[in-house]
Order: sequence, then structure tokens, then C-alpha cells
Amino acid sequence: MKICVLCNKNKAILKRPKTSQQICKECFYYVFETEIHHTIVDNKLFKPGDRIAIAASGGKDSTVLAYVIKLLNNRYNYGLNLFLLSVDEGITGYRDDSLETVKRNQQQYDLPLEIVSYRQLYGWSMDEIVKEVGLKNNCTFCGVFRRQALDRGAMLLNVDHIITGHNADDIAETVLMNILRGDIARLQRCTEIVTTGDERIKRSKPFKYTYEKEIVMYAYFKKLDYFSTECVYSPNAYRGYARTFLKDLESIRPSTIIDIIHSGEAFQIKQDVKLPTQGTCKRCGYMSSNELCKACILLEGLNRGLPKLGIGKTNRMRKIHGDMPDNTSTIQHLDTLKNEANNNKCKDLLKWSTKTTPTAVTQEMHGGRYASRSAINVLLQTDSEICSMWYQPY
Amino acid sequence: MSLKVKLSFSGGMELLFNNNKSAEVKIPASINPPNPTNMQDLIFWIRDNLLKERPGLFISENTVRPGILVLINETDWELEGELDYEIKDGDDIVFISTLHGG
Repeated sequence: MKICVLCNKNKAILKRPKTSQQICKECFYYVFETEIHHTIVDNKLFKPGDRIAIAASGGKDSTVLAYVIKLLNNRYNYGLNLFLLSVDEGITGYRDDSLETVKRNQQQYDLPLEIVSYRQLYGWSMDEIVKEVGLKNNCTFCGVFRRQALDRGAMLLNVDHIITGHNADDIAETVLMNILRGDIARLQRCTEIVTTGDERIKRSKPFKYTYEKEIVMYAYFKKLDYFSTECVYSPNAYRGYARTFLKDLESIRPSTIIDIIHSGEAFQIKQDVKLPTQGTCKRCGYMSSNELCKACILLEGLNRGLPKLGIGKTNRMRKIHGDMPDNTSTIQHLDTLKNEANNNKCKDLLKWSTKTTPTAVTQEMHGGRYASRSAINVLLQTDSEICSMWYQPY
Repeated sequence: MSLKVKLSFSGGMELLFNNNKSAEVKIPASINPPNPTNMQDLIFWIRDNLLKERPGLFISENTVRPGILVLINETDWELEGELDYEIKDGDDIVFISTLHGG
């Protein structure tokens, strides 16, 4: 029997890939959770009062993320308001099952859940998209649509920040893929622990330095309920190759994963290399380095029966097929979404005000929790209304 | 002489075994006489007797494919000698795939 090298007492149950130490179950829980806490603190990921959406797919990483963040929030008093945010791509036999897992997690962890669907945002489910485009480029649609879907869901929840379950293995894999593809812009971004998506919504990866092996072992020993089935529409082949290669490297030398992340971080790009500048999509307002964002072009292709529009050379397709007719449906503009979210916020606050004191409401309004000036203005106008509601006997 | 062993498959591995998450099996105490049955023998035995499809997703270069975690009696097999571990009667062996999305 091997003894834990940390407590020198209990039976070791795990060999840590990062350090090769053999440790017992209790010490494993402690180091696993504490390292994530240090990642959060060292990178100043959160501040008290932050509203955080945990991107939850029902898979191992996001399930462990929700569990650990909730635990750390209580243990170290981060003062976070946590939410689960899921995307329903509309994939029968895959996402419908995994969403059931998320719904169970919602009960188990007692966190509010918001689900945004491709059908509701884009008018197309993945099942319908696959019928149209086949099994070749479907992952492109899914990936591009998911990123926007999370940001849009976050706006509906009025959160400041989305956290995802990307782990060290995922990031190392992405570094490899970006090197192989020569994607300099992404290579620079992909190792950053915090990125900014649309305007004010941050994205971060608290598991950036956490090995997949430890996440799976943690879920196993803690008996966490997660979903693991491959997507029915074939996995992303390119990522699959990178993953197999990385796993082969890891089996020879486990520190490879951290080393690759480190290389990605240290990559220096010559000053005179032109990187794309970020603007916004003129059709939907989402960030984009082109006039139109990828999601809008892909959606236009679907709606016009030209699914290849956003896949190959868009310019050539435009020459052949011309511009989009006016009556084609598009993604809701972000400004409209923001207004809607603001209205909901006001309604929520009014509802909430019946449960709390007027002073608390006023503090809430002035506390800077609501970034939008216009929302605060609306609320100031209704201040007296809130007060009168409070005093009304219900 | 045979050994009774409990096998479990999770994290997506069960798909290779007709969606069976666990199996109680009896295996010869010495698959490769005169040597006692070890993990190497067991892995081949599983491939030949239980695996239903795509052996390449289970075995690669005579061991489990990288990315599959193995626990022997609730302990990481990397602490138990991996392929050289000698199977004992009543052992509980778990295979977990980590290759699925999170």
C-alpha cells in the first residue's frame, strides 16, 4: 500500500499528473479545490456582488465547475450570485438528455437555470440545420451559434461574467490546433484566462490549470451526476486528432499539458504582423472582425437555402447570388435584446421590492450592480411607485 | 481455478459494451500459464469476450487507449503497477473515458 505524501497517514488513491505525487482522497479534494481557489484569487476573476453564469452542458467539466464554484463561494465568501446557463442546440438523443442532467444539477446545487435555444435565437435547431447542410460542416454552425447563444443568454440573466469548464487539456489542445492552422490571432487569445466577449460580458476559465484526469477523478469520487455521450452528429474530427496526439504525449510525460499552455502564453508575435481589428456586426450588433459576423452569414445562408454561404468564400457566393433580400429573417439585434433585458430587470426589481425594504432597493440601484444607465433612470422614475408598493398591504 | 471480478465502464465507455455499465465476470486465474492473470491479460480478455464494437477506442498499443482512466479497488491504477498488477479474487475494476465533451 502506498501512503499519501501530503498527510503521511492515509492510503494514496491518486497519482497527480501535474506533480506525480501520490495522494489520498481527502488531500486530493483539498488540493484540487484549493488550487482552483488560488487561480481565482491570483487572477482576480471575481469581485463581491458579481453575477456569474456557469456555462452548463451537463458534461463532466461544467458539472464539476458548478459544484466547486458553489462550494468555494460558500467557503471563502466570494459573495457571488451564481446561475446555470445552458444552450439547447436542438439535438435529439444528445442535448435533450444532457439538459435533463443540467436540470438535475439545478436541483442538486440549488441554482437558478436559464436555457436558451438555437430554435428561439436563430429559428433553426441543429436537427433542422443538419437536414439542410448534411454532416460535413454542421460543427461549424454549432460552434459559431453556441458562442453567441451563451452571450445572449448571459444578457437575459443580466450577468457580468460567464465561466466555462475548459480545462488544461482543452487549452493545450487548442494551442496545438491554432499552431497547426496558423491562426495567430486565436493563438494569442486562447491561453488567456479572461477574455471579453460582447461589450461587458467577461468569459473566464477557472479550470485553466486543472487537469482533465483530476476533474474526472473528482467527479468519480464525489459521485457527481454528469452526462457523457458523444454528440450524435460526429465529433469535430480535427480536434479529435489534436486530442489523441495530446493524450499520447501526456502518457509519456504528463507535464506536457502545462508546458504547451506555457508555450502558448509565451508566444511572441512580431510587431508588424497585422491582426484583425474587432468591430461589431452591422446586422446583429455582435462583435465581429468583419462587416457581418459569422453567425449572421451562416444564418442568411440557411434562410436563403444557400448553406455554403458562410463556409467557403463568402465573396464569391455573394457575386453569384447577390445581397440578402430584405424579407429574410435575421438574428435579433443586441440592442433590442439589451432593452428587453433591462425591462425584465425593472420588472424583477419591482417584484423583489415587495419583499424587501425601499432602502435596500435604492441601494441596489445605486450600488452599481446594474451597469446600464438607462435602466437606472427608469428605476429612478419609478422610485415612488416602488415605495408605495412596499407599503401596500398584500 | 477462476477469479471473480467486477468490471465497470463509464464516461462513455459503456457505449462500447452494449451500454452495459457493469459486469460481474469469472476469468481464469492464469490466462497465460504459468503466470498469474494480470491487468494486461484482463484487458485482452475484455477485448475478446466483452467488447462489442470499435476495439480501437478501447485498446491502443497493447494497453488501454490514452485518456481512459483505470481504477483498481477505488485506486488509480498508476499506483498499482498498471499492466503488471496481478488480479485478485473479488477485485473491483473501473474504466472511465475522459474523451467526451464537458
